[in-house]
Amino acid sequence: MITVDVRRKAFGGEEVLSDIRFEMEAGETIAILGPSGIGKSTLLRLIAGIDRAFEGEIIRPEKIAMVFQEPVLLPWRSVVENLTLVHPGLGTQAALSALERMGIADKARLFPGQLSLGQQRRLALARAFAGRPDLLVMDEPYVSLDPATAEEMLALTETLIAEAGPAVILVTHSDAEAHRLTRRRLRLDGRPATIARDLTIGPAAVIPEMHHDRA
Amino acid sequence: MDCSFALSRMLQYPALVRATSVGLLLVLWIAAAGLTADASVLPQPWALWAPFAEASASGALPYHLGMTLWRVVCAFVPAMAIGAAIGFLMGRMPAVDQWLDPWLVVFLNLPALVLIVLCYLWIGLNETAAIIAVVLNKVPNVATILREGARALDPNLAAMAGVYRMRQWARLRHVILPQLAPFIAGAARSGIAVIWKIVLVVEFLGRSSGIGFQIHFYFQLFDVAMVLVYALSFIGVMLLVEALILQPSERRVRRWRTA
Repeated sequence: MITVDVRRKAFGGEEVLSDIRFEMEAGETIAILGPSGIGKSTLLRLIAGIDRAFEGEIIRPEKIAMVFQEPVLLPWRSVVENLTLVHPGLGTQAALSALERMGIADKARLFPGQLSLGQQRRLALARAFAGRPDLLVMDEPYVSLDPATAEEMLALTETLIAEAGPAVILVTHSDAEAHRLTRRRLRLDGRPATIARDLTIGPAAVIPEMHHDRA
Repeated sequence: MDCSFALSRMLQYPALVRATSVGLLLVLWIAAAGLTADASVLPQPWALWAPFAEASASGALPYHLGMTLWRVVCAFVPAMAIGAAIGFLMGRMPAVDQWLDPWLVVFLNLPALVLIVLCYLWIGLNETAAIIAVVLNKVPNVATILREGARALDPNLAAMAGVYRMRQWARLRHVILPQLAPFIAGAARSGIAVIWKIVLVVEFLGRSSGIGFQIHFYFQLFDVAMVLVYALSFIGVMLLVEALILQPSERRVRRWRTA
């Protein structure tokens, strides 16, 4: 379903990534680990299609969502418009119930700047899942949050992934995050970076049935 | 001491300060007119009322005011559109920037008068030449401001719009234009102020209608009162445009910052 084949990625003369190959099934969850500065975020931007200047080929699904390190909202549009403008297929009603789900339905008419950082994260998460993505890409999504908020967001993300079942690629430094959101680990190492280890823990995909007790 | 205290206390009431400031200018005018004691050099403010009423009643003032306003609009719209497009391209594409930057420097430093005279000489003493001269004077300015705006666009928002496959039109309207809005507002502000002054020069030199033409006419008659009547009427109109169109639209696009 997803095939990543990055033969070479360089910035200027400096080669950053080399010979990174892996495949993913639908619904498979992967954490990309490795020392900081190794090129994890660079790889993520290639996979998400933000950066297209590289040698190789990446086959990705149509519907991708991304959760960035920052919320990256449209500060000049209302909270509900941040969903409906990004996903034109989503009606206002559906957008409102997505906000309801995140516990920020009462903020729908406010501007993102009027929300707390935690609420902005929830909005970013709502936006990611509103498009029913086949692939969810997360770039150190909770790195700047305090432990309590991070835990809250992590639990919410866990539930949403279990329900919607997208393939997930997560870049993180936190073993706890990697452990709770993903089943497979890719470790990048070397310079230029390549896959040092590819390890699957438990079932390849998060099986929705496991979470039926929540319904 | 008391006086400076009173002055600094007045700063809490900006409207009062503005009104007092304008009042002081008026007092200065009255005093100067009293000292010269010659209405043909500097008439008293109230002495302008009769010629103003007469020019309004005869239809001359509204007609020339209308012509100048029309030229301002005709020059403002294309100057903003062309300037914004060029500035945006220069801000986004380094190659375009490198090629066009020297042109920008040349046109920014070309005196307005030179452009006006050349347009009249090359195109002829007509409306097209007048409008083109004003547009050419303003485009480099708008382009310079919008280039800064385009350079400051947030790459994260662009990445977000790309990943979520926002349509081009939605991207322009909801992602790019709101980021450029402060720069567009700034360019429009300074644009309108500069354009009407250049339009007056254009009319002065080669048109047979408009405030500039009328000022030229009364200049030749040494009629200071009528020169002031026309000039002040147009300043009044421009203040109205500022208060009724520019400021409210700026407030509207800035709403999210203050909410």
